[in-house]
Amino acid sequence: MSTSVAIEVSNLGKVYDTVEAVKNLSLSVQHGEIFGLLGPNGAGKSTTLRILITTLSPTTGTATILGHDVVKEADTVRRLIGYVAQERAIDRFLTGREHLLLFAELYHIPKQEALSRIATLLKLVNLENDADRVAKGYSGGMKRKLDIACGLLPHPKILFLDEPTLGLDVQSRLNIWEHIRQLKQQGITIVITTNYLDEADQLCDRIAIIDRGEIRAMGAPKDLKASLGGDGVWLTLSDATPEALEQLTTALQGLPFVRGIRPRENGLDIRVDGPEKALPAIMETTHKVGCLLDGIEYHRPRLDDVFVAHTGRSLTNEPAAPEA
Amino acid sequence: MNEQIQEVLALTNRWGKRLSREKFSMLFTLAQPMIFWLIFFGNLFQRAADIQVLQAPNYMSFLAAGVVVMTVLNNGLAGGIDLLFDKENGFLERLMSTPIKRSSIILSRFLFVMAITGMQILVILAVAFLFGVVPETGILGITVILLIGMLFGVGLTAISMAMAFTVKSHGDFFSMLGFLSLPMIFLSSALVPLAAMPGWMQALAFFNPMTWVIDAVRPLIIAGWSEALPQVGMALIVLAAFDALCLYGGAKAFKRSVG
Repeated sequence: MSTSVAIEVSNLGKVYDTVEAVKNLSLSVQHGEIFGLLGPNGAGKSTTLRILITTLSPTTGTATILGHDVVKEADTVRRLIGYVAQERAIDRFLTGREHLLLFAELYHIPKQEALSRIATLLKLVNLENDADRVAKGYSGGMKRKLDIACGLLPHPKILFLDEPTLGLDVQSRLNIWEHIRQLKQQGITIVITTNYLDEADQLCDRIAIIDRGEIRAMGAPKDLKASLGGDGVWLTLSDATPEALEQLTTALQGLPFVRGIRPRENGLDIRVDGPEKALPAIMETTHKVGCLLDGIEYHRPRLDDVFVAHTGRSLTNEPAAPEA
Repeated sequence: MNEQIQEVLALTNRWGKRLSREKFSMLFTLAQPMIFWLIFFGNLFQRAADIQVLQAPNYMSFLAAGVVVMTVLNNGLAGGIDLLFDKENGFLERLMSTPIKRSSIILSRFLFVMAITGMQILVILAVAFLFGVVPETGILGITVILLIGMLFGVGLTAISMAMAFTVKSHGDFFSMLGFLSLPMIFLSSALVPLAAMPGWMQALAFFNPMTWVIDAVRPLIIAGWSEALPQVGMALIVLAAFDALCLYGGAKAFKRSVG
């Protein structure tokens, strides 16, 4: 194993009763990177995270954190990691400071050291003024910041964040991303789970796309996007019968700048070299074949396209906004 | 070892803080058995109850032991609730990701429930005292009552925590709680002596550990050492078996749930 590997997961599997939540999952996370587990709810990313933070045992396979097995050396692993839970996992009857004091005791941090760390962390996450209020009154963003402070308290080598910006407003999200980037600069290895494409795209150095318990694709977001080959043109037809689609596909395949065609809901996903020639030609061909065009959109490759390409479905059901 | 003590105390401190922030809940938790059972029920049946049947000076003094043990029962069976919430909102997971001894969480809960229960027993005995019930065995007897109460409470809290770790939803937890607690009370000598029950209820009450506990606490309050000692001895034997069983089951449920 190379020394630059922080987390090594091999052939990991987890079966709940009869459901296979994680299947034969292997990945490795490098020192100092932000690694994202991207997938829809129930894809198996939280299960994977729980195994890595030692709160769940795998059914098959192994995982090591900085060379320590998460099952056999769970206690050592727990001393190396920090865990930022989902926002609900705070005690609404304790103040922010009391949360930190409690965890300081549980990590056996000496009193003076704990107080100075807590002061620094409260400043870092900008909760100084609310530290002595009961968490019941905190906003979603404040709870999340408290979560992060708790996760950082033990000075972890690796920080795990479970859906760090789930349900947050835009401003809080950007703040949390900024915090996470700062942590990376301090040399902390970070693993997040997310079902937000833009979060995976903008925050993570590398991602693993997980669907139905399996890794479908892994790599840097820009490499994954580049591997799709070309920009996307999405056609939507008002009369998308299989025959019409087939006829149109055959007609389009002959065009020189078309690099690939895949069916999508009520239309086609066409990969092209550039928009200038492709768009007019595609529209003309559609017209010639006699298909009625309901919509057309052009965009550079996005992570969602990567997701669709590898899982056969979209992570978002929202209509995609065309990119400039 | 020192580290574990620090963990247990920090977690116990958290339970205490939680309770103190829920002022109403605290008030009702502490006051409920006294108001409903001892003061209302006790005075209500003061004249309706037959002293010959009770073998006690009056119903209030008879009931005091029952209310003490009912309080232990309710506190014990409710002892897992906070863990249930911790499990549901993920706080437990977060605790489990820290390098603490897994048992610290359980021990903190025992410590906390026992402390609250002990205080409540003392308050109940104080309220009973205001209604003229003076424990025959004095301070030492009260100490023995606390000891027996806590031994019973440990087993009950273990059952409650096992349920908290096992149930799928907290709805299940609360229906099981309701299903357990009232029969335990009615099928025991809390409200009437065994001798006054129909035969089949007597038979069931005989197998209820609560009956044995009450029958040890009651003579400590209304009779004296000579009558109490054999009963206390029996109660200790029953409780040793009861606690062993509950702790074993609790440990299994905990292991299955959190590894």
